[in-house]
Amino acid sequence: MSNNFKLERETSSLSSFPDTKSFFSKLKSWLLPYTFLSPSLVVVTLFFFIPLIMVFILSFTNLDMTNFGILKWWQPANWTLDNYVKIFTNRFFPKILNNTLIYVSMTLIFFNVGMALVIALITTNINRRIGFASRLIWLMCRLTPVVVYIMMWKALAGPSPMGVINKHILGPLGIGAGEYLLNANPWLFVILVNGFIGASFGMIIFSSAIEAIPKDYMIAAKVDGASTWQTIRYVTIPMIKWPLLFVTTYQTLSLLTSFEQIMLLTDGGPGLYKTEVWSLTAYHRAFTSYFGNTQWGYGSAWAVILVIIGVIMAILYLRVFRFGELMQEPKIDQL
Amino acid sequence: MILNKFRSKLKSTFAYLVLIAFSMPIFLGFWWLINTTFSTRTEGLKSLGWTLGNWSFLWKSPFGLNFPSIWLVTLNTFILAMIMTIIVVFVSSMSAYALSRMKFAGRKGFLSATLILHAFPSVTLLIPIYFILSWITKIPIIGKGLPFIGGFGFNTIGGVALVMVAFQLPFGIWIMKGFFDNISWDMERSALIDGASRFQVWWKILMPNIKPGIAALSIFAFISAWNAYLIPFTFTIGRAGKSTVLSVYLQNFMSDSVMTNWNMVAAVGLFQLIPVLIFFLFTQEALLNIYGGGAKGGA
Repeated sequence: MSNNFKLERETSSLSSFPDTKSFFSKLKSWLLPYTFLSPSLVVVTLFFFIPLIMVFILSFTNLDMTNFGILKWWQPANWTLDNYVKIFTNRFFPKILNNTLIYVSMTLIFFNVGMALVIALITTNINRRIGFASRLIWLMCRLTPVVVYIMMWKALAGPSPMGVINKHILGPLGIGAGEYLLNANPWLFVILVNGFIGASFGMIIFSSAIEAIPKDYMIAAKVDGASTWQTIRYVTIPMIKWPLLFVTTYQTLSLLTSFEQIMLLTDGGPGLYKTEVWSLTAYHRAFTSYFGNTQWGYGSAWAVILVIIGVIMAILYLRVFRFGELMQEPKIDQL
Repeated sequence: MILNKFRSKLKSTFAYLVLIAFSMPIFLGFWWLINTTFSTRTEGLKSLGWTLGNWSFLWKSPFGLNFPSIWLVTLNTFILAMIMTIIVVFVSSMSAYALSRMKFAGRKGFLSATLILHAFPSVTLLIPIYFILSWITKIPIIGKGLPFIGGFGFNTIGGVALVMVAFQLPFGIWIMKGFFDNISWDMERSALIDGASRFQVWWKILMPNIKPGIAALSIFAFISAWNAYLIPFTFTIGRAGKSTVLSVYLQNFMSDSVMTNWNMVAAVGLFQLIPVLIFFLFTQEALLNIYGGGAKGGA
């Protein structure tokens, strides 16, 4: 009896351990997570939140190179909605929106997720060394300096007799007249050029996720007589669901904001706004202009709308894919 | 049985064929690129005359003595990439540890917000970031008085690294959180019972256990810093300066005043690619481990 009692007392004193803590140690344990987060919080505040607020304010002003240093852009008296009116009444607005939709969805579906998954599936199911070498080859597109990478594609698409595709593939087959392929099919090349870079990100994440699937599942599927296709469809894909969702979300946002490759490849052309996407427009308005002045305020307004689109997309993805379930509850709260 | 064997052989042949077909543009492209750096002119994949002249930037600066040599620029790039990688790994693993292992108000919100940060176009934040770096420069010592990295203000390697860290954080935090999620709780619990603090647990127990994760994140961060162009170009003065990096230096070859020697541009680009490729061959295993989890809880 007394033994039992002692045991009970010990257990209860153990479970009530946090109550004996002083106020300061409680404060300390409350503050601890934020201490761990503080470096990121500082960086994010300095280089994301403050700049974002500034861009937001700038988007209501007409700040450009000519009145920089003169215009007091931080004073509400100088804020108007003119930039936004200008954007929505721009007659190329529907065209640019449409371009952005085509660019993001096509590149995402066919390359950043689709091709990445195909390459990951193939390279994890063949000889390990060859699989690794293939992934390295795909990664080279990402590793090459953008300027040189674009140069390479321009050489591939070049007119005959210089262009590689024209000279070695289309020429012997007798297709086409040897014209500059980039001008003939600008969209095809915009998607290919971005896709070959984009695919490597998903490829790495997918293939490591596939390698992390316990081999027992594959063997079990094989014993049950599943075909290769069935194994992929009913074992592999469900097992890599979360990486798939992460890559889809992350790459949608990457594509929305990327423009460097398009700028170097077509610069929005050929012709008027043929391949001009939203982020490229923001860059063009803010940093280059046909009239020589850089309209920082107007460019910021384009950027603000892009940020809003991106944030809405991100929240939608988080909802649809139920990212909340991804979070395990921490198992150690008090100690 | 023989039929089965034949079928599996056919399948793997098919897999190889698909792989080769899809990778064809890359083969052709890099074949052309390597060819062109050793040629005076090319026609398709055919060289119209071989030369080593395009690689002459390795032993003499093509712009005269006022410009830093390619080796100094390579060293700059290396320092920048290393500093940025170290900061990214530390900052994102600290945050990922808190997000994965601790209960606090705003935990889910912070993780979602991290992903949303990725929706912010870097290019449009450039102007405000310029203002902020200028403000940091005015802070004594931290601004531009530090040895080695110069400081964290405008036109310093530290400042450029810090800005790039900010854009690398969303990826870093998400990937590292996946790795922390997969470590058993018992290990942490026993360390805590033995009297370790959470900092000690993080540094001495958990960090050594996610080495593959650290390696994978380091490689990705290193690559993106090595190739970064826009941010170093915007936040350092002049592409001929002492703190210039390779991708910015490359712009020197494409000046408006003289006709661009595109073959030399290709050679410089290839030169920039080689160290990363070598680095990569040695770290292949770690990179494949970037995703630490099974079906749930990772990435």
